[in-house]
Amino acid sequence: MPVSAFLVLAGVLFAIGAVGVLISRNIIVLFMCVELMLNSANLALIAFSRALHVVDGHAFVFLVLTVAAAEVAVGLAMVITIFRNRETINIDRISILKW
Amino acid sequence: MAEYIYLVPLFPLIGFLINGLLLGRLPRAAVNFIACASVGLSFIVAVMLFFDLRALPEGQRVLEQVLFTWIPSGALQVNIGFLLDPLSAVMILVVTGVGFLIHIYSTGYMSHDPGFGRYFTYLNLFTFSMLVLVLADSFPFMFVGWEGVGLCSYLLIGFWFEKKSASDAGKKAFIVNRIGDAGFLLGMFIIFWQVGSLQFTEVMAAAPAVFAAGGALVTTVCILLFVGATGKSAQIPLYVWLPDAMEGPTPVSALIHAATMVTAGVYMLARSSVLYTMAPDALAVVAIIGAATALFAATIGTAQNDIKRVLAYSTVSQLGYMFLACGVAAFTAGIFHLMTHAFFKALLFLAAGSVIHGMSDIQDMRQMGGLKKYMPITFITMLLATLAIAGIPGFSGFFSKDEILWKSFSSSHGHILLWIIGFITAGLTAFYMFRLIYMTFYGKERMSDEVKHHLHESPRSMTLPLVVLAVLSVIGGWVGIPHVFGVTNHFEHWLAPVIAGPHQEAASHALAAAGSSAATEFLLMGLTVVLVLFSIFGAYMLYKKRPELSTSLAQKFSGLQALLVNKYYVDEIYGALVVRPIVTGSVFLWKIVDVLFIDGLINGFAAIYADISQVARRVQTGRIRSYATVFVLGVVAMVGYFLYW
Repeated sequence: MPVSAFLVLAGVLFAIGAVGVLISRNIIVLFMCVELMLNSANLALIAFSRALHVVDGHAFVFLVLTVAAAEVAVGLAMVITIFRNRETINIDRISILKW
Repeated sequence: MAEYIYLVPLFPLIGFLINGLLLGRLPRAAVNFIACASVGLSFIVAVMLFFDLRALPEGQRVLEQVLFTWIPSGALQVNIGFLLDPLSAVMILVVTGVGFLIHIYSTGYMSHDPGFGRYFTYLNLFTFSMLVLVLADSFPFMFVGWEGVGLCSYLLIGFWFEKKSASDAGKKAFIVNRIGDAGFLLGMFIIFWQVGSLQFTEVMAAAPAVFAAGGALVTTVCILLFVGATGKSAQIPLYVWLPDAMEGPTPVSALIHAATMVTAGVYMLARSSVLYTMAPDALAVVAIIGAATALFAATIGTAQNDIKRVLAYSTVSQLGYMFLACGVAAFTAGIFHLMTHAFFKALLFLAAGSVIHGMSDIQDMRQMGGLKKYMPITFITMLLATLAIAGIPGFSGFFSKDEILWKSFSSSHGHILLWIIGFITAGLTAFYMFRLIYMTFYGKERMSDEVKHHLHESPRSMTLPLVVLAVLSVIGGWVGIPHVFGVTNHFEHWLAPVIAGPHQEAASHALAAAGSSAATEFLLMGLTVVLVLFSIFGAYMLYKKRPELSTSLAQKFSGLQALLVNKYYVDEIYGALVVRPIVTGSVFLWKIVDVLFIDGLINGFAAIYADISQVARRVQTGRIRSYATVFVLGVVAMVGYFLYW
């Protein structure tokens, strides 16, 4: 398969993720959309790595996965704390950090 | 021998550092010992230096010691360096000698004061500064000592700072001195601009080539330096701080009025004598100001009732004499009077301090009287000093004052009017000094019973310096007995190499006209003595024999009396003409310029930014989705820019 096919798929997934971040009100969904974006980037990296016959892309993907895991851990901890305090995970209601 | 000149100022500096750094941790005896010993040691070194200097041939009596370069800046090289020549040798002897006696006296006088550590720290710093002033080898280093004595006078006059009048007097002394200092600095700038050096030896050697004799430039320099001297040495118009300086402890007054501080101006003029002899106009100004001050202050002195105030005005008046001498180019006579004055004025102040000490801190002479039998040593020593200052033949003041009067008459820069003013002042001096003696030591005992009960002669530590100074007051003038008595004037001879002036010319002139001039000199001398005796008799009649006469006289001339008691209202005039406008101007600058304009400008800018921020902060909505939208749009825009532009 040509590398362009992987890239198109990665682009589509990234766009879905980005739109999801913009329109979702549920913080969990928002997180999942962010993960989708990250993984679309991973897909692109793998595709380039295979096409160019170098291993750098694979190494980079592992790095991204690690960071994503850490980010989700922290993010979910925050979500739990917010939910305990405010009993909502609607991000439109969590907007006191302003002005 | 030049190697140990630096020891003279070093010892008081060490004393200052020890007492200052260990303030409050040393017992009284240790503080006293360190303070006195440091000055005593430097006196010993000064004496040794004096004899070393004497052993040298006359032409080589200039020793210089440069420790290191303090300000190396292009053409301006300022050294920490000392210059010992006959002039500074006399000065360090007077400063350390009289200063040492005052230190000893202070151990007795301050024996009940809890601030003794601070007091002796300042006193040592004062001595150190004065020694730097007289030993410095350049104008800027001299200025260091000059400012040092200014600072110390501020600290010591305001020593009892919890008293409002004392702290005010300290500030007054400092501010008035600053005005004079500005003149000194400007004079120094012109010298550096013209000569390119500020070393005394270089300036004095180069001056005749650089400056045109009698030219505007050298006259300006001399006038500016003299402005500095009027501040430090209390001449019209900047004398006002000195009478207030008696707010400090009495030994401090003795130190300021006699050994240190006020003599600085006279010394500076003598040091710059080369410049002054080139500027006859400046000399005339000095002479006129000096004579005017002498007369002016003497008249005030006749009407004061505070024992220290009388002495303070007497100092101003005697300093006027010294400047009169400098103004007629008789710098030697000025320095001579400076020395004898240091002896008898220190003695007068210390004796007055002894009286005040015995009188439980009462200073008003109207409450004294009849102290003769209670304080015999104080009485006798003070009487000797009074005889000296009044100019009774044989005492030190007679020779120096007579020399000044004779020079003001005979010098090529002199004038008969200057002599007349000096002559009248001599009479007034004798009058107010004997008024003081009669009011204090004779007559009815006017003090309260309680004070009388405590009345006592002062301790040994206080009377001993009095006795030593009394001896000096009597014999101190014998080093400078004028030629007319058929002996060599050792003092004039000693100072001759340093002092520029018309000595050679005057000496030959004197030889030529020896006959008539000697007769004139004896005539003038006799006139002065007669006037002095007459004044003493007047004081005796008014204040001893018939005291009621003085009160009726005061009532008769109540206007004049009020004028004199209130010191010609000079303080009030200065207050209205100088202080008030400055205060008003300062309030204007503060309220209008500072608060309204400067603060308004800064605060205005701050307010503008605050208003803009009020609008701009609306961007921060707190909604994650709006942030994310902006972020995504931004990325899209950037990508679009890089791809399609």
